[in-house]
Amino acid sequence: MQLSEAEIEGIQHEMSLYEDPGAATIEALKIVQEHRGWVSDEALAAAAAVVNVTPTQMEAVATFYNLIFRQPVGRHVIMLCDSISCYLVGYEQVRDHLKSTLGIDFGQTTADGRFTLLPICCLGDCDKGPAMRVGEVYHDQLTPERVDAILDEYK
Amino acid sequence: MATITIDGNQYDVDDTENLLAVALSKGYDLPYFCWHPELHSVGACRQCAVKQYRNDEDEKGMIVMACMTPCSDGGRFEIADKEAAEMRSQVIEWLMINHPHDCPVCEEGGECHLQDMTLMTGHTQRRYRGPKRTHRNQDLGPFISHEMNRCIACYRCVRFYRDYADGDDLRALGSHNNVYFGRDSDGALDNEFSGNLVEVCPTGVFTDKTLGAHYNRKWDMQNAPGICTHCSLGCNTSPGSRQGMLKRIQNRFHGEINHYFLCDRGRFGAGFVNRDDRPRQPLVRNADGILEPRAMDVMRDTMESVFAEAKGVVGVGSPRASLEDNYALRHLVGAKQFSNGMSAPDAAASRAALAVLENHSGQLATLREIEECDAVLILGEDVTQTAPRVALSLRQSARNKHHEMAAANKIPKWHARAVRDIGQTHNSPIFSATTHATRLDDIVVEPYRARPNAIAALGFAVANALDATAPAAVEPLDQDAQAFVDAIAATLKGAKKPLIIAGTSLGDPSILAAAGNAMRALRTANSEARLFVTFNEANSLGLAMMEDRDVDTAFAAIEDGTADTLVVMQNCLYERAPKARVDAAIKKAKNVIVMDHSLTRTVGEAATHVLPAGSFAEADGTLINNEGRAQRFFQVFIPDAPMQEGWRWAQDLAEVAGHKPDWIGMDDLIAAIVADMPQFAGIQDAAPSQSFRKFGMRFPRSPHRYSGRTALYANVDVRERRPEVDPDSALSYSMEGYQGVATPPALMSYAWAPGWDSNQAAITRFQDEVGGHLKGGDPGVRILRVAAGHSAFADATIHPVAGWQAVPIHAIFGSESQSARSAAIVERMPAAEYRVNPAAAKSLKLTAGDTLELAIDGETHAFPIAIDPSLPDQTVGVPVGMHGVCGLRLPVEIKP
Amino acid sequence: MEETRVLTQRIRADRSPVWMKDYLDSGGYDALKKVLAELKPTEVGPLVKEAGLRGRGGAGFPTGVKWSFMPRFEERPEQRPAHVYLVVNADEMEPGTFKDRLLMEGDPHQLIESMIISAYAIGADIAYVFLRGEYTECRRRLQQAIDEATAEGFLGKNILDSGFNLSLHLHMSAGRYICGEESALLSALEGRRAVPRHKPPFPAASGLFGQPTTVNNVETVCNVPHIINNGGDWYKELGLNKDGGTKLFGASGHVAKPGLAEFPLGVKLGDVLEHFGGIRNGRKLKGLLPGGGSTPFLTPDHLDTPMDYDGVGAVGSRLGTATMVVFDDQTPIVGVLKNLEHFYAQESCGWCTPCRDGLPWVERILGNLEAGKGQPGDIELLDLHVKLLGPGKTFCAHAPGAMGPLEAGLKYFREELAALIPDDAQTLGRIEAANANPL
Ligand SMILES: Cc1cc2nc3c(=O)[nH]c(=O)nc-3n(C[C@H](O)[C@H](O)[C@H](O)COP(=O)(O)O)c2cc1C
Ligand code: SF4
Ligand code: FES
Repeated sequence: MQLSEAEIEGIQHEMSLYEDPGAATIEALKIVQEHRGWVSDEALAAAAAVVNVTPTQMEAVATFYNLIFRQPVGRHVIMLCDSISCYLVGYEQVRDHLKSTLGIDFGQTTADGRFTLLPICCLGDCDKGPAMRVGEVYHDQLTPERVDAILDEYK
Repeated sequence: MATITIDGNQYDVDDTENLLAVALSKGYDLPYFCWHPELHSVGACRQCAVKQYRNDEDEKGMIVMACMTPCSDGGRFEIADKEAAEMRSQVIEWLMINHPHDCPVCEEGGECHLQDMTLMTGHTQRRYRGPKRTHRNQDLGPFISHEMNRCIACYRCVRFYRDYADGDDLRALGSHNNVYFGRDSDGALDNEFSGNLVEVCPTGVFTDKTLGAHYNRKWDMQNAPGICTHCSLGCNTSPGSRQGMLKRIQNRFHGEINHYFLCDRGRFGAGFVNRDDRPRQPLVRNADGILEPRAMDVMRDTMESVFAEAKGVVGVGSPRASLEDNYALRHLVGAKQFSNGMSAPDAAASRAALAVLENHSGQLATLREIEECDAVLILGEDVTQTAPRVALSLRQSARNKHHEMAAANKIPKWHARAVRDIGQTHNSPIFSATTHATRLDDIVVEPYRARPNAIAALGFAVANALDATAPAAVEPLDQDAQAFVDAIAATLKGAKKPLIIAGTSLGDPSILAAAGNAMRALRTANSEARLFVTFNEANSLGLAMMEDRDVDTAFAAIEDGTADTLVVMQNCLYERAPKARVDAAIKKAKNVIVMDHSLTRTVGEAATHVLPAGSFAEADGTLINNEGRAQRFFQVFIPDAPMQEGWRWAQDLAEVAGHKPDWIGMDDLIAAIVADMPQFAGIQDAAPSQSFRKFGMRFPRSPHRYSGRTALYANVDVRERRPEVDPDSALSYSMEGYQGVATPPALMSYAWAPGWDSNQAAITRFQDEVGGHLKGGDPGVRILRVAAGHSAFADATIHPVAGWQAVPIHAIFGSESQSARSAAIVERMPAAEYRVNPAAAKSLKLTAGDTLELAIDGETHAFPIAIDPSLPDQTVGVPVGMHGVCGLRLPVEIKP
Repeated sequence: MEETRVLTQRIRADRSPVWMKDYLDSGGYDALKKVLAELKPTEVGPLVKEAGLRGRGGAGFPTGVKWSFMPRFEERPEQRPAHVYLVVNADEMEPGTFKDRLLMEGDPHQLIESMIISAYAIGADIAYVFLRGEYTECRRRLQQAIDEATAEGFLGKNILDSGFNLSLHLHMSAGRYICGEESALLSALEGRRAVPRHKPPFPAASGLFGQPTTVNNVETVCNVPHIINNGGDWYKELGLNKDGGTKLFGASGHVAKPGLAEFPLGVKLGDVLEHFGGIRNGRKLKGLLPGGGSTPFLTPDHLDTPMDYDGVGAVGSRLGTATMVVFDDQTPIVGVLKNLEHFYAQESCGWCTPCRDGLPWVERILGNLEAGKGQPGDIELLDLHVKLLGPGKTFCAHAPGAMGPLEAGLKYFREELAALIPDDAQTLGRIEAANANPL
């Protein structure tokens, strides 16, 4: 499998920012994920080749971190903060509502491929909890009603 | 030096050490997991908790990890402290939360470090109530089984595999309590030292698949001190057997050679011993060309007439057989009719190597010393394939730079992670000139590729750059090459302990002469300079010392009619000479008598008479390793009669031939060798004699828990058999005898100590200090003496080949003939192919995958072509040993 | 109570970023110009030390002292390693903490200027911002600020003709709380698994790529230009007690007006709480985590505590990040603890045994208690974990951090926890014990 020009350029740029180009493994994974939504085995191997590390090393890094998806995800990844501040102000309600509305549990993707639901630790939005991110966009002060409205925005 | 107190006892200790190593050396039972004497400390498992007190007044103290605690002067520590003990037992309880407790079906049972530590800490009651997490296992290939559920996440596997052996395909994956140690996907572990995971893993995650196939417990095995016969390094092994079946090879600690680690060829290459197709009866080829078994008495008469009628007998010895087997053959046929069994080029290279070794016998590195060398030049050898264990040592020598940088920042040598973090990718220099890309290239400075003669030229040039009085090769080097040579010379000169490595695998004596010159130039400036020379087979050096005549002399005798009978000791003629010549000689010879343990091509196609000889597992013997160290191996089990040691067959034949030697056992035979050939003086001290006893006792081959002795042969006879008496050694065939730390190291069949059942931990009790040398000295004696006339440089003669040349490509799995008969190794053998560079392929008008028919030395093979850009022009890489190709005759000029 | 806005002086209510022009117009980069024109690198650290600035990343280590550990090569340039690094820790994943985000989104140039001065002070030639992966808005704004600063000649070669060179890059984390631990952070920056390193050696001796490195929190370095502009004494005086300067305080959870505010160090806890509107819905305070998830609880008894490093330390907790998580009297303590321990168990790097295998067990025990399935002995098991996951017993401070709130929970709310074990648990326990897995 071949990475796109843009991916390779992106990775090579990151490699140029470190004394040891191998340090760009994490960035490489993130770049691939930005382009493809997730990191397949093939994409992982291809990225490893660009950074000049073995696939197993790439995998060791990929499986360590939270934000690298090694399985296909939906078009929109919902990351719901499950940490203490949000927990105190209604996280559980929002969680249950999301799960029942979407009909999926954490770690799953809706049948139509629209949403993947993941828990995430503290998003740094503690004063406006409960908070979640859909893709790169923060949504806060969630209630079940607001969640419904937000989900409608994502097709 | 520092004075420290442990549990109220004062000790003077090495202040560069950590507390755990010191406590273990002093005999304390302090549990640990992540620490290992070779992998050092990382403080991950938190098992080695002890109390440290700040000063005499401090009564509270604090918990520290012994492995991460320097032994500073005045330190006061308590291992027995209650709180520390509580911590240690709690760590085990945590580790056991997810452990499957499947000891009954676990191959590690009985030699499990986790079992030992669990008992040692006193963790007996489980309080955790939740379910256990489970993992999927991976297929890691023919050597290693994987059972991840047993993992306690001590990280030792990756620290050995990745950090020590530089393997890249086994990693820690995942995080928190879901860490997983494996590959990115199923597949054979790629590193040549993967088998050590079996012993490095403190529980049963990585186990020996070849043992698993016919499993039994450690305590039910009969073992013996072994020497690996799969290359010339002489790593010490502990083969285990039961009921006449070889079960496994385990590492046997030797402080100067292999210490804790073996290569996979050595560990998994012994399966040939259990093959069904081995000759187990005397065989005679009938008129139809079929080998038929003969009863012993019939065979005796047959052999008597063979010898009576023989018009000249010549013997072909073997560099893979012991000195004793070879000497017995030599005795049988007479010194002048004996050949060393090597091909002519191999013999020439080995002789050259011997000369170099003798010239520098005071400067020969041990494997262990290689790890201390801080600049290395390798001339010609692809060591990973030809003498694999060297590669592992070289990988450590490359890290000397890390230690140097660490020391400059006051980071102690045992602080493994910090040493790595500061060292990063800065390595001590290793230069390597080979015919093609090698597996060491990742740590080599600008790998240099050239044909054998050009490699020799490079070596001569380095010698000349180091010392202008050393002759340079006739043709001056081009500018780039000269700059490279100067860089090498400068680096070697600047090193504290430089090392030159060369060997015989390319079959070019000039490479060895060049290495000798470089060494000579180096050592005048630096007495720390070291030389390391590898040979092709386990006893190549021994045979080079024994006899100059190579196998061609035996063929010549048959060809010119001086002899009509060929006696072969554990050798395959087809490996040593062109097929046409072997076939012609066999046709002409009246009788070809072969004593061997395997169905070689010679046994199968050439022998008229076959006598089933014991393999290393069924015989005692002495081998001379590449550094001139005589080492003894012992019979692991007695083979079923009439199989017997090669030397005993030769002795029997001598009897029917009318000159029976009066050797009652090994002692007599060894004494005869020493008396006859002074160059072998000293081999009698390689191990205690057969009459040696401790408190009147022999030394057991089996551990004291050996079970089922009365039942083992109940199908044959319900009465208990009396244990066999070993006529040749001080070992017993039973569990009776002296068991203790005063066992002479050469007679240690296995390592076991109270409370310490695993091989790598139990051995600590037999070492002077942990990871150091065996109490009583590492076994073996170095017998090389400085040769006369060692002060001159050798002539810088090389023999350039103008046109096409075939060069040998060795493979760790496949090129050595005995291991190549082992099922697990066969699975890892590379496909047969000729390798050429793209330009060569173009001029041959071939592309990858096309078949090339190539006549080498009169013998034609057709293999597919593979493109290997690293090869020099007009050079064909030829696979050695496998697929009927004899590599020990290369390099040669060819015309494709 | 009035805020004392030093770090947040330029930050707008809507957090729209202050770009170069506005930043310069309000005195931005004056400190940098002053430093480069008037001070030798080695003269900056002592100023910061005198000002009494302490690390805002949680541990409160004096910043000037940390800088003084950096080896200096001015006198021996030939021994200078290939690079010397400054790394700013913007990983901000401590539960309940959201202060660095404000600083980076609202005033990105303040951080960039601070970093240039700090790098100059420690002799660094490369600086990284280690930014948590979710802070994509911060990345955009910081990147734009870096571009502007480069265009203006504040970054790159020979900055403002001073001969000082600095390149500054952003690294986006792939998400793991442990990346915030400074040595794990270095591993992550090297492209490895973020497993912490043992100290010694400290990063100043062997840090990023084995070379001298200082790691500082975002808020910490943001103080530096203000110290330069106004002097150490001014800074010191800002604090009400021993510690100099102001601090971003935050409140989340059951307060009426959650948010962030800047106060002098030493302000009273009760006053801070009041600033955030007190407990919402007219309820009462039950407890709070004063400075993020790993700081032990304080209770209504502690409202007089001066909020500085020593003050909070004196009552058995830590100032931490000073972003407090507040919960009211209707909140079951077991839920709070379980939520926290779940976080810590999940975020363990998996390196050392007590943390990797102990924290999930703690989480399970709390889960059992919450579900009414507690058993006699559970509280004692929690006590044991508090004891054996303490400082020095685990490899890094992650697990001890996790034990902070648990220890306080067992101290202040022990009866509430014990009461969760059902009355019939004795019998239940016996039955389960009889059916339990043997060892
Ligand atoms: C588990 C753990 C997580 C941490 N997370 C952060 C963090 O997100 N941000 C931060 O600035 N410091 C964090 N720290 C503290 C850092 O290790 C370090 O002390 C700090 O970055 C130093 O900067 P300072 O001296 O400026 O405070 C964490 C520490 C630990 C043990
Ligand atoms: S305490 Fe141990 S396992 Fe936990 S985060 Fe630190 S090093 Fe990793
Ligand atoms: S052996 Fe000391 S912590 Fe593992």
